Amino acid sequence: MDRPGVMKPQQSALQVRGLTKRFDRLAVDALDLTVRTGEFYALVGPNGAGKTTTLRMVAGLLRPDAGSVEVFGIDALRDPVAAKQVTAWVSDEPMIYDKLTPLEYLEFVAGLWGIDPAMSEPAAHQLLVSLGLEAHLHERCEGFSKGMRQKVALAGALVHDPRLIILDEPLTGLDAVSARHVKGLLGDRVRAGCTVIMTTHILEVAERMADRIGVIAAGRLVAEGTLAELRQQNGHTDTSLEDLFIALVDVEATAA
Amino acid sequence: MSQATALTWFARHEIRLAWREWLAMMTGGRRKRSRAVIGLIVFAAVMHLPAYAVIGRFAGLEAPLDKSSLIVMSATILLAWALMLSQAIESVTRVFYARADLDLIMSSPVRLTEVFSVRIAAIALSVIAMALLLSTPFVDVLVIGGGARWFAAYGVVIAIGLSAAAVAIAVTIALFRLIGPSRTRLVAQILAAVIGAGFVIALQIAAILSYGTLSRFAVLTSDAAARFAPDADSLVWWPARAVLGDGEALLLLLATGLVLLGLVMATFSPRFADTAARASATVTPDHRGSRARAFRTGSRQQALRRKEFQLLWRDPWLVSQTLMQLLYLVPPAVMLWRSFSDSALAIVLVTPVVVMAAGQLAGGLAWLTISGEDAADLVATAPLNPSRVVRAKIEVVLIVISVIFAPLVVALGFASPPQAAVTAAGVIIAAASATAIQLWFRVQGKRSQFRRRQTSSRLATFAEAFSSIGWAATGALALAVPVIAVISGLMTAAILAATWKLSPRRE
Repeated sequence: MDRPGVMKPQQSALQVRGLTKRFDRLAVDALDLTVRTGEFYALVGPNGAGKTTTLRMVAGLLRPDAGSVEVFGIDALRDPVAAKQVTAWVSDEPMIYDKLTPLEYLEFVAGLWGIDPAMSEPAAHQLLVSLGLEAHLHERCEGFSKGMRQKVALAGALVHDPRLIILDEPLTGLDAVSARHVKGLLGDRVRAGCTVIMTTHILEVAERMADRIGVIAAGRLVAEGTLAELRQQNGHTDTSLEDLFIALVDVEATAA
Repeated sequence: MSQATALTWFARHEIRLAWREWLAMMTGGRRKRSRAVIGLIVFAAVMHLPAYAVIGRFAGLEAPLDKSSLIVMSATILLAWALMLSQAIESVTRVFYARADLDLIMSSPVRLTEVFSVRIAAIALSVIAMALLLSTPFVDVLVIGGGARWFAAYGVVIAIGLSAAAVAIAVTIALFRLIGPSRTRLVAQILAAVIGAGFVIALQIAAILSYGTLSRFAVLTSDAAARFAPDADSLVWWPARAVLGDGEALLLLLATGLVLLGLVMATFSPRFADTAARASATVTPDHRGSRARAFRTGSRQQALRRKEFQLLWRDPWLVSQTLMQLLYLVPPAVMLWRSFSDSALAIVLVTPVVVMAAGQLAGGLAWLTISGEDAADLVATAPLNPSRVVRAKIEVVLIVISVIFAPLVVALGFASPPQAAVTAAGVIIAAASATAIQLWFRVQGKRSQFRRRQTSSRLATFAEAFSSIGWAATGALALAVPVIAVISGLMTAAILAATWKLSPRRE
């Protein structure tokens, strides 16, 4: 969604050049990607296109075979600790500790990022309350539904006030109300100047929330831009992202 | 498909599942199964050597036996039954909580009573199959040394397997009724662990208190035991007589086992579906809250250590495993107490037991803290060098080991300061070695996979066991024959060096 009137600084929050990763096959193929500061960037693509692998390399979870990753000007491969200090990662499979309560989990995350408890404690409360977990603050997470676990994981990612939030399918398993909570929270963060990169299969979310959309197929970025730009690039003036996506992916599949 | 065909099909399905679960457990999920199976066969063949050493001299035993021999043989059968019961309780719990097919089965158009009868039978079959596998080297040795009559021992294994499965199902379902599904899981796990070792430990304690030795046979072969034992024609001795080839006793045992299992099937199969459904619906095992308290300050490593301590303390499975390790420490503790009062030389035996326990416990803790990280991505994306993360986790292992073993070492210090020093050194070295092995072979996993940690790397498992045994032997030898202790220590260090050399390269 374009938000007219909101000034966007143009410094890049993330700059990826020639990023390459091979497993049994080439998963990411010399990918170039730039995400501007304060931007909501959606990365879409078919299953196995290389979205998650790309983001895992950006988050420091996978070492690329080649290429460079810069987060706010920090070389994330040379100085991963500095890059991680300003980054948060949320995966589609919420990884939290069953035996900790949401508050204890957030206390642990804040401790890992070295945040002063005087700041992190109220932030943790506020985050959990805003995500509808007020009644469960002191319950261990082992009985939580997937949606609740995802919300705890998201709160953990936000409690250290990251400048760059990387989310891999964060809405998977969330009900409509929870999804709206999460989208609202992410929108607030972007408005406050935070940068968000998100992969999603829900094209409607990308269409409505993202400033720019990147379409990835076979490990390469095959199209990028605002929805209007994508339409223009593909010669359609009035079509949905879903139709555009299918057209782009079909072209790539045929070319491959 | 007729009902009978459906049941046969389901039985085949159950056996295939049990076989694959077992194979996955034995091979660590590796694809090269043929190699794993050959390895297992070689292992089973090699097991005939220790089996010969342990049981070979008894191959010539023939009925009628004297009371001491009957007691020893019956106690051995009882121990085997306890171990099978322990395994069966685990299997039943796994079927209730871990199998993901309950929804599918219960929504299918089959009669659940019959399907669950098959499942109960499959549990019995898997328990018996495992027992037969483990007992084969021993029975083989007896058959080779004493003749075909010893084949009857296989029948006894089958009979006690049937009864162990029956009792396990009855106990687990009774626990469901009494304490509910959420608590049953934990209690059944602890029960399974304690039953497996409790019998041996109880015998050891009785032996120490009565005869000042750790040998469990001291109690069984004592005159007092023979005096209290029933007459030779008592039913109590029928399992022992059946092992010796008494056909009538064997048939009675088999019939009893079958009747017990049949009764359990008839009684519990109709309720099995209910119980399983309740268990699978119990996804909220623990709603205990924690009291509100302020966030704590501290370094990033402190945050990691605090988290590890919290998770260890709140992990019921780990608590039960730790309890098991501590249970093994009770006999040496009793020995220590007894020796302290009369200065017996047997106190030397305390050192290897304590060192061995420290090594084994440290291995388990190290797996949980280093490999069993449930939020691996979170920790990996934290602004902290990986080496500092690992260091914080190792510190947790060593702190827990210190807290558990320090009181015992201090108590030992009052009885014999040099032995306390040797024991302390042994505990530290054994714990550090086991932790190092876990570090070299670390594979990211979930804490819930703790039970299967030993299958992820056979080499690491054996290295951990040999390292603990090696350091335990070195500790004992350091007190008795220090020169040989140097050789034993060097051998153990060589095992560690070879293990490191064979371990996967780390970044």
